[in-house]
Amino acid sequence: MNRRELLKLTPVVALGAFALPPFQKPLLKAGLSFSDWASAKLFRTGHLAPTFNNSDLTALDKFPINNYDIDDPGVDFEKWTLTVSGALQKPGDYRLAKIQTLPRVRQNTRHVCVEGWDVIGRFGGARLSDFLQMIGADTTARFIVVECADDYYESLDMATALHPQTLLCYEMYDRPLTREHGAPLRLQIPTKIGYKQAKYLTDLKVTHVLEKVGYWEDQGYSEFYGV
Amino acid sequence: MATRTLTIDNKETGASTQAVYEHPFIVRLCHWLNAASLFVLVGSGLQIFRAFPSFGAKIPQKNLIDWPSSLALGGWLGGALQWHLTFMWIYTATGVVYVGYQVFSGNYKQALFMRHDLAGVWPMVRHYFLFGPKPPTRDVYNPLQKHAYTAAIGLGVLSILTGLAIWKPVQFSWLAWLMGGFHLARLWHFLIMWALLAFVFGHLVMVVLHGWNNFMSMLTGWKKDPDYRSE
Repeated sequence: MNRRELLKLTPVVALGAFALPPFQKPLLKAGLSFSDWASAKLFRTGHLAPTFNNSDLTALDKFPINNYDIDDPGVDFEKWTLTVSGALQKPGDYRLAKIQTLPRVRQNTRHVCVEGWDVIGRFGGARLSDFLQMIGADTTARFIVVECADDYYESLDMATALHPQTLLCYEMYDRPLTREHGAPLRLQIPTKIGYKQAKYLTDLKVTHVLEKVGYWEDQGYSEFYGV
Repeated sequence: MATRTLTIDNKETGASTQAVYEHPFIVRLCHWLNAASLFVLVGSGLQIFRAFPSFGAKIPQKNLIDWPSSLALGGWLGGALQWHLTFMWIYTATGVVYVGYQVFSGNYKQALFMRHDLAGVWPMVRHYFLFGPKPPTRDVYNPLQKHAYTAAIGLGVLSILTGLAIWKPVQFSWLAWLMGGFHLARLWHFLIMWALLAFVFGHLVMVVLHGWNNFMSMLTGWKKDPDYRSE
């Protein structure tokens, strides 16, 4: 076998490297990064997620509650504020009433879980893009980072944060958000997989760099996971 | 299409063997890379399926089957997704290169089932399943083989399209809509996997039955003494 023929077998060798333990982890990480890069390219800022009729809605009691830890982190609604910091003009603590002064959007959209199930829910809240304008956020920054009352944390690319269907959600089925669904405030993002839509928000930061990505992402889930 | 042939003369016996170049390098490469990635996608896909082994509602959840983790790849949902989201690109790329090559080289005539192959289907079925006489062969593949390979390519395309609809039901909402929505697309994706596995099973049975010479042609490209050139 000459050198040219050996060279032709490079792809086979490359694939075989996936079977070798020292290469496996970095190769899969690279594969996932490539997939995320493609995902970000496929995301279209003007493309809206399908919306549904009220008759298509999954009943609220059939809407699954997935938490990594506890159903109710015991948020004190009286004292609750969203603490905002980072690359923006008006940092500080924002009360729910303040967020509710922004135009309220209600939408029936599909919620897709990474596990494979999906439900159609009715969500209401303020557009994250309106809130970012309210706090004078630098929208050339790359990420939004949120922290939660249950120590969950997430991050969001700016393009998705500015999407018109991305909500700071305080309502489900036209009623105030219940505790197990993330009261008083959660992210609702029809263009993202479920685990990116953090509940029980307490902190929001606008940033150019990510120190950590998200609770699940830092254990190996896809970083972008747009649907 | 011009076929490359080779005549190997045995100096001691004086006998000569003919060999035909059936599979160009790019076809063989795509075949094996695609086969390996299909294997990885099935394994990791079944691990992903374990996270919600149902096609009904989440509440109440009625599990279809408790697929054993030992017959799956990735260990947990996140690990399986890494395999799946990596190898779907290799699977798609090798598929695209294969189909692209077949179309542009004209080599597709070897494997594509066309209308004129219809007449040969029944004699071949009679031979395979009803102990009928073997019909004379003129081509590399008989009509049933062409049918199987063409169907496999079709299934491959469908596996990618259904996968795309599950991965991106919003960006490709029209595709998900064509399949009856995200929910059903997931079911089609699952069923197509079993159809592909059925093809692979039949394919392997035929490879075993037809022996080493047949298997080697997908490694080296050359088939020694093929029955269709023994005229």
